[in-house]
Amino acid sequence: MVPLNAYLILAATIFAIGLIGFMTRRSIIMMLLCVELMLNAVNITLISLSHYMQDFMGQVIALLIIANAGAGMATGLALLINGYRLKKTVKIDLFKDMRG
Amino acid sequence: MSVPVLFFSYFALASIVISLIVITRKNYIHAVLWTLLLFVHISGIYLFLNAEFFAMIQMIVYAGAILVMLIFVIMLLNVKHEDHLSDVSSLSIPKAFLVFCVLGVLAIVLQTSYLNTTGKFSIDLVNKVSDAKLLGQIFYSEANLPLIIMGVVLFVPMIAAIVLAGKRSDE
Repeated sequence: MVPLNAYLILAATIFAIGLIGFMTRRSIIMMLLCVELMLNAVNITLISLSHYMQDFMGQVIALLIIANAGAGMATGLALLINGYRLKKTVKIDLFKDMRG
Repeated sequence: MSVPVLFFSYFALASIVISLIVITRKNYIHAVLWTLLLFVHISGIYLFLNAEFFAMIQMIVYAGAILVMLIFVIMLLNVKHEDHLSDVSSLSIPKAFLVFCVLGVLAIVLQTSYLNTTGKFSIDLVNKVSDAKLLGQIFYSEANLPLIIMGVVLFVPMIAAIVLAGKRSDE
């Protein structure tokens, strides 16, 4: 039997890798991919806790997170297409019209 | 070392290595394809946790819908690799410190939240009645409000995509 801590450490590592990618990459596509990585790490945490605490509410929340990931991805890609029409680039630091 | 532990360590190590590969790719399509491999491995990890419904959902929704949508947009915009790999080396000390803070908070919170409880849904029950059936029963009884909220959440991006990326009437 694999201990619960192994799953939690795995999820935290994947979350940290996704966070590093989100902060260092400059293109919106890679940032969206890193958000998906982080959401997957959260899902691993929730489902492993749901298994070890023998409570199904974790899986309910994990399903909500998957729905949210799909919704966020669709909205983000719509924003990306709209921004690409405007700027002809996907780099985040060239979208600085709203910088104060 | 028993066989489940051996398989789990393969899946865990592969997941970490593949996610490191994902965030360092120059080419977007390569990054998306490595992410596909990562999602397959995470789906294998769900099978260890008696969550076969989630293993299936992971393959169908993430690998089948979200990544295909991403590849579709990358090909539509025809962006190849404007990104330079030197972006990854732009990890400065404040950013790394922030990541370590998040990891530390996660470690502390997850250590303290370990509750060795025996809930209603034991492993034997999940093996006897299937995972998907139990989840469906919960969604239609005590968790019906999250189900309705999920429907609204999935309705929002449809409006957003039409408003944001749709054809302008004044063009």
